Parts: sequence; C-alpha cells; structure tokens
Amino acid sequence: MASWDIMHGSRAVAEAVRLADVDVIAAYPITPQTHIVEDTAKMVADGDIRAEYVKVESEHSAMSVVIAASGTGARTFTATASQGLALMWEMLFVASGMRLPVVMVNANRALSAPISIWNDQQDSIASRDVGWIQLYVETNQEALDTTLMAYRIAEDAGVQLPVMVCMDGFVLTHTVEPVEVPDEEQVSKFLPKFKPQQYLDPKDPMALGPIAFPNVYTELRAMQQQAMDGAMSVIEKVNDEFSAVFNRSYGNGLVEEFKTEDAEVIIVTLGSVAGTIKDVIDERGDSKVGLLRIKSFRPLPEDEIRRALKGAKVVGVIEKDVSIGLGKGALASEVRDVMYGSGDSKILSFIAGLGGRDITLDSVRGVIDTCEKALSEDVETVHWVDLKTE
Amino acid sequence: MKISPGGVIRDMGSTVNTKTGGWRSERPVIDNDKCIECGSCWIFCPDSSIIVTTSGNRRTYSVNLDFCKGCGICANECPSAAIKMILEEK
Repeated sequence: MASWDIMHGSRAVAEAVRLADVDVIAAYPITPQTHIVEDTAKMVADGDIRAEYVKVESEHSAMSVVIAASGTGARTFTATASQGLALMWEMLFVASGMRLPVVMVNANRALSAPISIWNDQQDSIASRDVGWIQLYVETNQEALDTTLMAYRIAEDAGVQLPVMVCMDGFVLTHTVEPVEVPDEEQVSKFLPKFKPQQYLDPKDPMALGPIAFPNVYTELRAMQQQAMDGAMSVIEKVNDEFSAVFNRSYGNGLVEEFKTEDAEVIIVTLGSVAGTIKDVIDERGDSKVGLLRIKSFRPLPEDEIRRALKGAKVVGVIEKDVSIGLGKGALASEVRDVMYGSGDSKILSFIAGLGGRDITLDSVRGVIDTCEKALSEDVETVHWVDLKTE
Repeated sequence: MKISPGGVIRDMGSTVNTKTGGWRSERPVIDNDKCIECGSCWIFCPDSSIIVTTSGNRRTYSVNLDFCKGCGICANECPSAAIKMILEEK
C-alpha cells in the first residue's frame, strides 16, 4: 500500500532507492547529501534493501565503484554534492562514455572557495557537458518520483545514459514535506528488474572501456548525442507511464508550464525556486506573467522551450549559477541560443540564490518588476539579484 | 565498421590489428653470437614483442617490430650485452 508521511527530501530519495531494488550502492557522505547516505546505509543494514553497500574513501571511488558494478549489469545508486561532484568529474565522463545507466542524486550546493555548504546549482551546471541526463526537481515528492523514473530512462534500450537527479540542498534535502511513498508492487510493475543490454560476463567476454583511436572517437561522441536526442521522447513516455500508475506527473517530463498561455513575461528557472515563483504569480491574480520550469536541462528540450516562450515579450531567467567570464547564467545563455531566430523577445539573466542566499517572495517580485519594465523600456540584460553594493 | 554503444569490443584480441611499432624512435638489434639464451629480454619486454624460435636445443630471440616501441628495457636487462639500441632513421 502507498503511504503518506512527512519527511525530508533525503529520506524521500532513500525510499525511492529502496523501492527501485538497487543492487549496488557506493557513496561518500557530504553535506547536504549526508542523510541519503545514512538512510540508505541503514536500510541495507536492516535488510530493507538487498544491495551491496560499498563504503569508499572518496567520491572519485564512489563513482568508480558504481561504474564497475553497472558494467556487470547491476542496478546502481550513488549520491553527492558540490566538492564531491567536482572530485567525481573525470569519472562522470567515463560513466556516460561507457553508456552505463548509473543513477545519482546530486544535492545541489555551492562550490569553494570561499567555502559554503549552502545551496546553489553551480555544481551540476558546471557539469553540464559530461554526457549525463540532468533532471531538476521542485519538491520532495518529485525527488522520490524522479529517482524512480531515472532508472526507467537510464536503462531504456535506446538511451543507456547515466542520470543525475538534481535537488536543491537544504531547501529540499533538509526540509520536511508530505510525501506519498508508492506501493512496492506498483513500483515493480512500473520499474521491473533491470535487464541490461550488455554486461561483463566471463562466459561471453567483451572489452568495456577500451581505447578509441581517432577513426572512431567522433562517432562514439555522436552516438551519445543521438542517445540524448532519443532520451527526450523516452523522458516524456516515462512521465506519462508514471502518471498512469501513480496519478502524478511533472509537466510533460521535460518542462512544466505554469500560466504561460497569455503571458507577456515568462520566468524560466530550474528546481525548487519554481514554488516561490508560482506563489508570486498566483498573488498577482492576472495572466500577464507565467513560469516555464525546465526539468530536463540535459537533454535540453529546445522545441519545448521555443514553443513555450513564443508569445513572451520578455523572458527572465532566474538561476543559481553564473558563468564567470561570460557574465551571465548558463541557462540564460542557452535559452538565448534556443530562441535565436525565433521572435524578438528580450531575454534577461537573473543571477540569484548563490551560496545559499534565499530567493524570497520579494526577490521574485523584484525580478518580475524588472521584466515588466523591460516591456516598455531598455533595461540591463544581466542582473545580480539582491546584490549588496557597499 | 560497426561501432557498438560505449565502444564495447566483442571481437576479443583486436589489439593485434592496431600496429603500434610506429611510435618507436630506437629499435633493439640482437647479436645472436653474444646471446646466452637466458630469456631475460622475453621476460622483461612490457609489450610481448620478443619472439622466441626454438630449433633443436638452440633458442633464437628476435623482435616483433610491429609492436616494439623501442623502450630499451631488453637492452638494459640483457646480462651479456647482446642487445644494442639503434636509432631509427628515415
């Protein structure tokens, strides 16, 4: 039976790992992901998850262990954040290059220096080119549900790519919300046992991860991109199938639109701050401002973004990262790239919530004010939200 | 050529198809008159590029230049100084 409980986002993820019946978990604790490691370790110790739990000395090793385990056809899980994701970086390319369906939860946290344990999304955004699918969630329920969906997407025969579920550190991991924990039997129908396409087997030898000479390297990279392109429809399909079984879905799986239909200003964002933005839009009581929440940042659903933003005169991208040297958020520059040649909407970049600074209702109201001002006059294209100037 | 996802190789032992001897700048030359047939070169070669030919009770050592990268370990290890490294020239 499905059950309701009040729980931290980390606990919701651990419940998903239990329900997904994973075979191997390897993780190294790091704030704000620690409770995921603790909860899953306890579940294994208590016999609630029948998995091998490998305690490792670093995140580099955690990723190496799940890569090796995945190579043998095991369903694997790991979780990290910030410095841990940075330490994994070279192995992230290995997981995607070997086309292994590893699932990882990243509890989004700012990077050093200066040291900060608090939330922003610079860690996963800086890992946007590693060949992983990246799905950003808004709520604890969505963190649980998306972790389950991640296995279906990663293990799809046409995809075979690792998936990173990105959830805001503290804002979700350490915050309690009501969460419905799905029924085990229903989950096993939605997510059956993993049947790998290919795996290391002494009876049928293969070489996994050999050298690629210049005559094949480009083709292998192009195949990863084709798999990403194909993942788009798989993500939508899995979202639909999840909805059919559990009666919950998240937009079309790739993006979620909120009151975008007649909006002349559309805010674009990733992750949990979407909730705050929806509240501000609701309190306005008009239909002039809408929200496009991008759930799938990789693959980036270009057609969906173009369609959703077509009617907007001003697009304001709020994001918790900045590409230093580019001088704007990475998502803002990608949205601009997507919109190139279609319409003449102004695209503004709002850098906000770095290193755990709250994006408050007032912060969002300020962003919307700036966007509305841009309807009739010229405004700066880049804004550092709530920046102290003295 | 069929490329499988992730660059997985099913046709095992395919390394022999890629000749890597071209990386070499020096090549070992074995003086069979000095050779005492101890097999040190065969043991130490990191690329399995020493070929042993047995004829009666006499073993002769030669080099597979398709894979020898000219590291010189064989020459360094040879106890009878029977291997010289010669510069590869055009």
